[in-house]
Amino acid sequence: MNPIVIEAHNIVTSFGDNRIHDNVSCTVRENEIYALLGGSGSGKSTLLREMIMLETPASGSIHVFGENIANLSLVEAQKLRRKWGVLFQSGALYSSLTVGENIALLYKEYTDLPPNLIHELIKLKIDLVGLPSHAIHLYPSELSGGMVKRAALARALALDPKLLFLDEPTSGLDPLSSRQFDALIRQLRDLLGLTVVIVTHDLDTIHHIVDRFVLLGEKKVIAQGTLNEVLTIKHPIVDYFFQKGTHGIQS
Amino acid sequence: MKSSSHAALEIINDTSKAVFTCSGKWTLNSLANVAMILESYQAVLPIVWDISNIAELDSAGVALWNLYSRRFKKEGFASKIIGGKKEHLRLYRLLYPHPQEDTPPPKQQGGLYTLGRKTHDYVQGIGYFLDFLGEVFVVLLYSLRHPFTIRYRSISSHIITAGFDALPIIAVSSFLIGVVVAFQSVVQLQKFGADILIVDMIGISLTRELAPLITAIVIAGRSGSAFTAQIGAMKMTQEIDAMKTMGFHPYLFLVWPRVIALMIVLPLLIFFADIIGIFGGMVIANTQSHLSYTEFIHRLQGALPIKHFIIGIVKGPFFAVLIALTGTYRGFQVSSNTESIGQYTTKSVVNAIFLVIACDALFSVLLTELKL
Repeated sequence: MNPIVIEAHNIVTSFGDNRIHDNVSCTVRENEIYALLGGSGSGKSTLLREMIMLETPASGSIHVFGENIANLSLVEAQKLRRKWGVLFQSGALYSSLTVGENIALLYKEYTDLPPNLIHELIKLKIDLVGLPSHAIHLYPSELSGGMVKRAALARALALDPKLLFLDEPTSGLDPLSSRQFDALIRQLRDLLGLTVVIVTHDLDTIHHIVDRFVLLGEKKVIAQGTLNEVLTIKHPIVDYFFQKGTHGIQS
Repeated sequence: MKSSSHAALEIINDTSKAVFTCSGKWTLNSLANVAMILESYQAVLPIVWDISNIAELDSAGVALWNLYSRRFKKEGFASKIIGGKKEHLRLYRLLYPHPQEDTPPPKQQGGLYTLGRKTHDYVQGIGYFLDFLGEVFVVLLYSLRHPFTIRYRSISSHIITAGFDALPIIAVSSFLIGVVVAFQSVVQLQKFGADILIVDMIGISLTRELAPLITAIVIAGRSGSAFTAQIGAMKMTQEIDAMKTMGFHPYLFLVWPRVIALMIVLPLLIFFADIIGIFGGMVIANTQSHLSYTEFIHRLQGALPIKHFIIGIVKGPFFAVLIALTGTYRGFQVSSNTESIGQYTTKSVVNAIFLVIACDALFSVLLTELKL
């Protein structure tokens, strides 16, 4: 079994009186595509945000690459952040910069490579995610929804992270683009040895590329494991989420 | 050999080729020195990259080979890579599945073009503003014929936020203006022994000119910018589109309540500023030239004809319309990127302040010509 990359243990999260997580635990292993699933408001995005240190759980611990993210010093936290890339749901490209500049920012800030090599790397990343080469000069407002996601993925991959967080990467894309995006993520995982944590609703994505997942519901973990393992569980949320018996996934 | 935590490059010139022996960690953070060596390297022989000793490789290493191989090729020297491990070659093929093309950045236009473009945009901008004004007034006429469409609740909420909440800042600024004017005049007037004229000075200049102007400028900065930002944010989140599809005319719901609220509030704020400003002057007159409060007020009743006060107040609604319309107009111009909201908020405040000053100048000329 591959070593553990992320381990969340007994996470409790509340916003005011509203409890989101009640002792949620999950484990992500190296080189797998791991999904956080659940209905709207089940706290899957919050769990992702806690893993990337944008939010802090009320109690419980999260270890990423073996380090407890709650007790990191500023320097350690910065170091850890450079080991992962995050693709936000809306892309979150800096709108005042072109796609190329969005990616260049990370190289200029964190490496001392010469400008022509940086330019080469940017072209490479843009090509890698399947954007046309002229996209380098475009501003985010000039891109279509699918291109924004790809550009954001290129930015997330800039520093060759070992861990990639994707927040609903296929939402808002047409079915064909979604499948292409899935294929791209799987290819990157295979070739770059990435570990991918993905928040999604897309049953096709779950079916095609996700290795293991955790299904959140009623503030708790309903099920964890591979699709086939989970489909054997009798639970109304499992049935509902995978639309068993209708046109959804059959075991 | 260097420690394996760095990238190392050893160049050996053979009889027919130069062998670049690469070793160590060829990754993003350790490649800067190698890149520097290659940057200054002058190719004289065909190049062979021997990568069999590389411990670690990422996209930066691959990009480096490709970048410099292309450069050497351009200089007339072929280069090839030998001894690649399977996973390294796989990475190479993933990153360079086909030859890359370089797209030049879009051409920068010349100064004359930019000037022409800017002028054209400016003239077009005036057209758009007139268009906006036209539609706003058409909506107003409709609204007046259908009084139930007037948004009373919205008007009253804007009266509170744009008017009542602005009282402290108006009080402070007008008090300070009163103080400043009094201070400067006292010094000059004392030279002529005409201390008592300080009352005329403060009374007329504040009520007629300064209080309306300062109030309008503060409100332009405070509420004009808020109007632009509010409407701009609604535009970005598609709330404006949602309103349109539900048949709520955005001008009726967003523009007129703000305009009307400001028209009601601004004259009242000017009146408030008059009182506080004169009070500020009174305090200075008392401390600097020992003019008692009762004396000041007694003198003021004679020295300040009511027309100055009325002129000051009448300017209020005019300024209000200018501020509210530029604020809302700029809000509707915000496009879908986050930067434009800041851009148009700045424009809105700058335009509003300019228009207020221009309108004030117009009043000044007009009223003087009319001998008022």
